[in-house]
Amino acid sequence: MNFIEARKLVHEYIRRDEEGNVEGIDTALDGVDLDIRQGEFIAVLGHNGSGKSTLAKHLNVLLEASGGTLWVDGKDTTKEENLWDIRKNAGMVFQNPDNQIIASVVEEDVAFGPENIGVPTDEIWKRVENSLKSVGMIQYREHSPNKLSGGQKQRVAIAGVMAMEPKCIVLDEPTAMLDPNGRKEVLDAVERLNKEKGVTVILITHYMEEVIRADRVYVMDKGKVVMQGTPRSIFSQVETLKSYRLDVPQITLLAYELRKAGLEIPEGILTRQELVDALCQLY
Amino acid sequence: MSIILDKVNYVYSEKTAYEIHALKDVSLKIEDGEFIGIIGHTGSGKSTLIQHLNGLVKATSGGIYYNGQDIYDEDFNMKELRGKVGLVFQYPEHQLFETTIFADVCFGPLNQGLSKKDAELRAFTALRSVGLPEEYWYQSPFELSGGQKRRVAIAGVLAMKPEVLVLDEPTAGLDPQGRDEILDQVAKMHEELGMTIILVSHSMEDVAKYVDRLIVMNHGSVMLDGTPREVFHYYRELEEVGLAAPQVTYLMHELRKRGIPVDGEATTLEEAKASILKCFQERKNR
Amino acid sequence: MIRDITIGQYYPADSVVHRLDPRVKLMAVILYVISLFTFRGIWGFVLVTLALAGMIKLSKVPFRFMVKGLKAIVIILLITALFNLFLTPGETWVTVWKLTITKEGLKSAVFMAIRLIYLILGTSTLTLTTTPNQLTDGMEKALSPFNKIHVPVHEVAMMMSIALRFIPILIEETDKIMKAQIARGADFESGNLMKKAKAMVPLLVPLFISAFRRANDLALAMEARCYNGGAGRTKMKPLKYKKADLAAYGIMLGYIVMVILLRVLL
Repeated sequence: MNFIEARKLVHEYIRRDEEGNVEGIDTALDGVDLDIRQGEFIAVLGHNGSGKSTLAKHLNVLLEASGGTLWVDGKDTTKEENLWDIRKNAGMVFQNPDNQIIASVVEEDVAFGPENIGVPTDEIWKRVENSLKSVGMIQYREHSPNKLSGGQKQRVAIAGVMAMEPKCIVLDEPTAMLDPNGRKEVLDAVERLNKEKGVTVILITHYMEEVIRADRVYVMDKGKVVMQGTPRSIFSQVETLKSYRLDVPQITLLAYELRKAGLEIPEGILTRQELVDALCQLY
Repeated sequence: MSIILDKVNYVYSEKTAYEIHALKDVSLKIEDGEFIGIIGHTGSGKSTLIQHLNGLVKATSGGIYYNGQDIYDEDFNMKELRGKVGLVFQYPEHQLFETTIFADVCFGPLNQGLSKKDAELRAFTALRSVGLPEEYWYQSPFELSGGQKRRVAIAGVLAMKPEVLVLDEPTAGLDPQGRDEILDQVAKMHEELGMTIILVSHSMEDVAKYVDRLIVMNHGSVMLDGTPREVFHYYRELEEVGLAAPQVTYLMHELRKRGIPVDGEATTLEEAKASILKCFQERKNR
Repeated sequence: MIRDITIGQYYPADSVVHRLDPRVKLMAVILYVISLFTFRGIWGFVLVTLALAGMIKLSKVPFRFMVKGLKAIVIILLITALFNLFLTPGETWVTVWKLTITKEGLKSAVFMAIRLIYLILGTSTLTLTTTPNQLTDGMEKALSPFNKIHVPVHEVAMMMSIALRFIPILIEETDKIMKAQIARGADFESGNLMKKAKAMVPLLVPLFISAFRRANDLALAMEARCYNGGAGRTKMKPLKYKKADLAAYGIMLGYIVMVILLRVLL
């Protein structure tokens, strides 16, 4: 069995009027299938309102499915007794760095998760130190989170999740509120956790540049998975992506435009180097 | 019409341990009808700079002149200036408060002392120009999507009929299409209404695509000021201060290094495409 | 203005007082405050003064820094002193116009002023040497017996520490929204009270909405990190008494005995 398996997962939000009568039903997830192996780096792409955040919240059982099944780490998410095990094993990082830091000192915030799951004191200290080191924030351990930059705060949040030693980390648009440098800091940290510690990463984003690092990409639209594959295969379908309110990295788009104009460049160019090489070969 | 900044300095928490020199001798002239981009990493002083333009923050030293008038003069009408220089903050949707979208957009014009009728007229035009469908106008602003809320907030500033529109990262947190919609809308206002636009952005690709003049801030000073082509020519210097040039500019430099005589200064996708195709065409003809 | 108040601020330094267990400090302050309002006569005064001076000296917080905190209460101080001065019945000392000052009045005014000043200095010694987090930790642990009678001690402590974390964020947010509304021509300063109150609506509505959004986000983040109330939780920094803490309790015991003796004997 895969680490995460979803079959026909459905989530409906019921809208009610002021008297509590059902006004309508919004389907945020509409029959989603997922198969994610342990250690993979997965990106989930979609415009705002495509259902990708709802999907993320299911992986941590912050939401209950209206239909279908979801298994995380071999455990059925619909079973109440699995709740804490799943939450422990699928850590979650949210968009706004300010609204997920609980303590007024960095190291105490990182300790929050381990404290909740009853890790002994000595072990907490070890975990706090290790996870702060793994995101490069150890020198700030005694600082107040309020004085940190957005990228640093987000790395503290990641450390807070890592201290629970999860097998998987779900990041729900972790870079949407950051500047380019902050974005790079956070992604580098995430990539390192994936490569060095083998943590399964599920990155929810609408920044196309961030998707290039992933092993596989799911594209969502109107609650459905509409495309999936390697970044290269996804980005070779520029027109389809545009129809889902998404775009492609500038370099990929340029390669696509040049191809359309008649130059024989391979499909799905991802990086600058690839395009330079392709053009030089043609010249 | 113009805004002139003459050696503007701004110091936060002066004479305390937390003293920060946010602006250092900033001198600028902003002409009527320009489309200006401001870039700089977080903490470079760009937000402080734009808050000076409508008098929200008072310079520690130096002068600011709006159409030749010293805005720090005692009899200068600061309230009028705030109508003339409209400032759209980051995440402007956080300032919405009224029960309907229409009423919220009327807030600015009513503060300017306009009659109810005139204010509503302004709100009408403003909501039209940000392209929000009329069926939403009498709903609560809090039920809209993020991108729509942001357009309402921008309309709230536009309704004051500013001559200069300053936007602090108007696309932060929006998805690609929402981003393009907002920027296209802004570019349209610049073209059709001749409005002066000042756009603070983190995206080099966006500024390269839209603006005519680019100002680079670093440690509270103006580091570079010119057309995007001129500014991105100094991509190495930009990297040193934590910024970069658009991806295509790097590509063009690398192509030149590898012997393809493309335009090394291209900053937009269209320029790069045209230049590369031209090179290949010329080679074929030879 | 707000910056002038030192009550509730933390002054980082490495001193014996800083290192004491917060429970010890809480107890010490309670005993100190009791002694402050029960001491009698000049010897009692000397004893309380010595206790306060000792605490301040050991805390390594500059005395000048502490005195700054008194500025905030000057008005309260004057009012209390004047009330005591003019309204205490007794033997007439001097008469100014229609007001009589009695000897008792003078005495109680002076003592009242001293008590208030000492109260502020003593309690601020606690907050200056203890981080808000240690303080809530200390309270949680000290009050934990009340858990048995279903007082949600852990929850209250958690609420306090979250409040402390979000106060600076909300202050910053207020500033931002205020600036945004001023940019839209809002006026928070002129006009009468009614007008000013009305002008606050464009500030308060967005602020409340933002606070609720943050609360919602935070609740989700806490849940995602397996927060499930106080039961079964461990601590990164559990409170444990050290030798210095026990010594401090000893000194406190001695102090209280002396206060009682002075009150009974004199």
